[in-house]
Amino acid sequence: MKLIYICAPLAPLIGAIAAGFFGNKIGRTNAHRATIAGVAIAFLLSLVSLFHQMSGGERFDETIYTWMVSGGIKFEVGFLVDRLTVVMMTVVTSVSLMVHIYTIGYMKDDPGYQRFFSYISLFTFAMLMLVMANNFMQLFFGWEAVGLVSYLLIGFWYKKPTAIFANLKAFLVNRVGDFGFLLGIAAVLMYTGTLNYSEAFAAAPSMVGTTIELIPGVAWSALTVTCICLFIGAMGKSAQIPLHVWLPDSMEGPTPISALIHAATMVTAGIFMVARMSPFFELSVTALSFVLIIGSLTALLMGLIGIVQNDIKRVVAYSTLSQLGYMTVALGASAYGAAIFHLMTHAFFKALLFLAAGSVIIGMHHEQDIRKMGGLRKYMPITYWTSLIGTLALIGFPGFSGFFSKDAIIEAVHHSHIPGAGFAYLCVLLGVFITAFYSFRMFFLVFHGEERFDDHTREHLHESPKVVTWPLILLAIPSVILGALTIGPMLFGGFFGDAIVVDPSRDVLAEIGSHYHGVVKFVLHGFQVPAVYLALAGAVSAWYIYLRKPSIADWFADKFGFLHRLLDNKYGFDDFNQKVFAGGSLALADKLWTVGDVKLIDGMMVNGTANKIGVFSTVIRKLGSGYLYNYAFAMIVGLLAMLSIFIFTT
Amino acid sequence: MPILSLIIWLTILGGLLTLFVGDQRCRMLALVISIIAFVFSLTLYFGFDTTTAQMQFVEHAAWLPSFGINYSLGVDGISAPLIILTTFINIVVVISAWEVIQDKPAMYLASFLIMTGFMVGVFAATDSILFYIFFEATLLPMFLIIGIWGGPRRVYATIKFFLYTFFGSVFMLVALIYMGTKTDSFAIQALHELPLGSGAQTLIFFAFFIAFAVKIPMWPVHTWLPDAHVEAPTAGSAVLAAIMLKMGGYGFMRFSLPIVPDASAQLSWLVILFSLIAVVYIGFVALAQSDMKKLIAYSSISHMGFVTLGMFVIFGIMANSTEGAADGHVVMALEGAMVQMISHGFISAAMFLCVGVLYDRMHSRQIADYGGVVNTMPLFAAFMVFFAMANAGLPGTSGFVGEFMVILATFKANFWYAFLAASTLILGAAYTLWMVKRVVFGDVANENVAALTDINRREKYMLGLLAAMVLFFGLWPQPMVNMMHATIENLVQHVTTSKL
Repeated sequence: MKLIYICAPLAPLIGAIAAGFFGNKIGRTNAHRATIAGVAIAFLLSLVSLFHQMSGGERFDETIYTWMVSGGIKFEVGFLVDRLTVVMMTVVTSVSLMVHIYTIGYMKDDPGYQRFFSYISLFTFAMLMLVMANNFMQLFFGWEAVGLVSYLLIGFWYKKPTAIFANLKAFLVNRVGDFGFLLGIAAVLMYTGTLNYSEAFAAAPSMVGTTIELIPGVAWSALTVTCICLFIGAMGKSAQIPLHVWLPDSMEGPTPISALIHAATMVTAGIFMVARMSPFFELSVTALSFVLIIGSLTALLMGLIGIVQNDIKRVVAYSTLSQLGYMTVALGASAYGAAIFHLMTHAFFKALLFLAAGSVIIGMHHEQDIRKMGGLRKYMPITYWTSLIGTLALIGFPGFSGFFSKDAIIEAVHHSHIPGAGFAYLCVLLGVFITAFYSFRMFFLVFHGEERFDDHTREHLHESPKVVTWPLILLAIPSVILGALTIGPMLFGGFFGDAIVVDPSRDVLAEIGSHYHGVVKFVLHGFQVPAVYLALAGAVSAWYIYLRKPSIADWFADKFGFLHRLLDNKYGFDDFNQKVFAGGSLALADKLWTVGDVKLIDGMMVNGTANKIGVFSTVIRKLGSGYLYNYAFAMIVGLLAMLSIFIFTT
Repeated sequence: MPILSLIIWLTILGGLLTLFVGDQRCRMLALVISIIAFVFSLTLYFGFDTTTAQMQFVEHAAWLPSFGINYSLGVDGISAPLIILTTFINIVVVISAWEVIQDKPAMYLASFLIMTGFMVGVFAATDSILFYIFFEATLLPMFLIIGIWGGPRRVYATIKFFLYTFFGSVFMLVALIYMGTKTDSFAIQALHELPLGSGAQTLIFFAFFIAFAVKIPMWPVHTWLPDAHVEAPTAGSAVLAAIMLKMGGYGFMRFSLPIVPDASAQLSWLVILFSLIAVVYIGFVALAQSDMKKLIAYSSISHMGFVTLGMFVIFGIMANSTEGAADGHVVMALEGAMVQMISHGFISAAMFLCVGVLYDRMHSRQIADYGGVVNTMPLFAAFMVFFAMANAGLPGTSGFVGEFMVILATFKANFWYAFLAASTLILGAAYTLWMVKRVVFGDVANENVAALTDINRREKYMLGLLAAMVLFFGLWPQPMVNMMHATIENLVQHVTTSKL
């Protein structure tokens, strides 16, 4: 098995190298062949690993090579493959494979074709290294590597000013998260003495009772500090408030990567990380509460912004933010299994929605404003139907995969007693209505109603080519059936085993599981709780407002102008960051330089001497008159002579 | 075979020879000499015994026996890597000058070769007076390089550079002579063993501190560096950043910590304070720069903050740990400082050479004059982004290793130290990548950029060599760190043995 685990991440890496370094030599077709082959191999090997684990295979935890040993502390590169890992591997490689195929169509005319394939394969490698890590260093490695590829891909169209603004912003905001993450890792090393997962998890209980004084006199639980630091990393990568600001802007990148990186996989790295760290998080209720609150705020507030967006990709982006909030809520409620379950179903239906949006964008000749679309249903039937499936899955329509995972999260929060659970329950319930509302708003504005585009666009409007529609169809299948197929074993069947640790007193999933009697009963039970009706209400409202009486939307925007502006400005996060953090830093930088370095240090401390130097140097210049170097050479030669004489005479 | 003497004198005498073969043939000769020197220095790696902290490849000859001054050389785990780095960078520097320097190329290359010999001497000397002579001697070729081939304000920069560093090292000489008279020997080993009172230690500490703090340089005696970098020719900047700064860090490790351990412990707070100011304050100052070379110069100062932080934070770690000096974090902090020095040697040289590549074509270092370079120089842009990422400490590049080790270790001493140090994750990325955004990305900014040609084969080799090293040590730092273990553990012994 070791060979399989090594080959899984290496195959896409080789593909990336082939397309990246030899792209011009091997040509476009061979570049996509090489990378797709690499990812396909990774996908197959992931499936092998998945079945191996499901059929009771041993969990694999081995070092591949020792990166460094310093002070007796080992830094290693190694793999931990258990059931949590194989789920992630399969999700990552399958979505990646679909996106690779889709890209052939989407990037057909782009001059950076090979470069693009190289990047997405490199991403797949980095993401696999991240999820397969058996230690914190490699986790950080993969963590930053996916951030790098994200940076490169958001700025893929490097001529676009908005794109290169967005990629810098994404990298820096992620670095703020990584800053916390690195401190968290340092804390783990300090308190457990190791970076290896298994050893650190085993040592975690011994940290209970250890305190750290961040402010003199105030003792904090070391575990809480560690967990919150780690979670700040997750907040950056998984775009939780207030570090969410980079994700909407990341839509400046090509659509396939919005699907792969900024919806299905990379942004879920934070969720995966917290689930992986459950042995730590379970020991700090404060940290869990913090996670829960941040998650619920993100789930609710980001969904609201989705309502006022008019860019097709941005609507989906805000929906991603909101869904990431749901996953985070599940983590906070100790329902790690539900978080991973939603991560999995979401990966497929959100990738589907993004790729469908991409298909619409191709059809509309790179028009992304949904106000200029409408009635696309008859022009793009496959895109239409797959989008409908994706939307139904997203809003949690009974029977679709999103229904199971979202319902599980809502139920888990309902059963949780952790501080903040009441608030979180309210947020996730309201979120259901909002999700349905903005999702169908977009759906109706794009595919139904009157056609709001010009004749020129209409002439060229047709269904996208097969390389585009096939991935849509292939992603639509799991969007429908995956939830029903896997909810039983994955959530309630003890699937994750030792990979996830939950304190028995907070094990809400086990509590729900004790009432679980099969998929059908679960669906029927869904009708007894408010979520389904809220989703229905959201969809119907969207239909009424945007198809029947569009005047209501304008009336609302008019009457509640304040609210509309608040949402339109995204609560002012961007303005605040731009003014206070970006502007403030630059102003501070300028002051430190002009006042600190130039005036104080050079001006006052060096000035007196420097003035004299001025006089001094004029004298020297007159003396040397350009032959200064001759003197200096003479000095060196003299020095050499002196040295050698002494050596030879003794 | 006296390998160390061979390297030193091969480059110095080879440099002189270069002067005489004339401007036509000097390039090839310089390249051959630098490659031979590098190959020789590799024997320091392959023949190195990693199990001992004793000096290896030792050479000894009496020089001024009546004063106890000897020509003695040797290397251990902290000097051997620096020597290999020096001879490696020398090759890159010779390649970088190839057709770029048309004005007195023989003299130019001779200066670099001779300087390399001196720098190797600094790291190889085991006699403190010999160390001092080499330490000062390196100033001369650098003085010439900036003074002759430098930019318009070169006179100001050279004088500032020379006086600043000369002023610093004078105190060191006084301290060395004072200690020499007490032991009748100037062997560094003897100074390590020399018992010193608390008052003497404090004075000696400051004497060394001034010398090395100026050299490395630390805030607030850093202002000579941006000026020197801006005025120096490309290769001069590369050597200055890659090697000369490291003499300061090396000095702290070779002299300050083991010779005055008690004063070092007592005054470690001061060094830590200055180091953290270097990381944060200088990080901000770098953000405000509009000149690429200045920006990278400030970035160097900020990165050197990790070196001094790693070296002096060990006292905090020992105080905070139940295991005291046996705590692995102590060794990790010191090794992190060393790794940071080596890695910065590759990355800063690469960054300066990248600016040089642009400067050779456009004769401007102003960020505002560029924009959209990637459109006309895609291959160069790939290198530049790679080195920028390394400069920002991305894992997988060598820039990550040292910072990671120092931050992890520092956490054990104090949460807030680590907090401030880790801010480089954000600041370092901000100033480096913002520069990259303005220079490399975007649409073609003006017709000068539109007329740029991508890097040629020579430049490809030059940057490729450095990229390979950055990547190699990023993916597998073990060979480098492994060399240091015994020496660093021995150093920890010295540091924890009180002389009072």
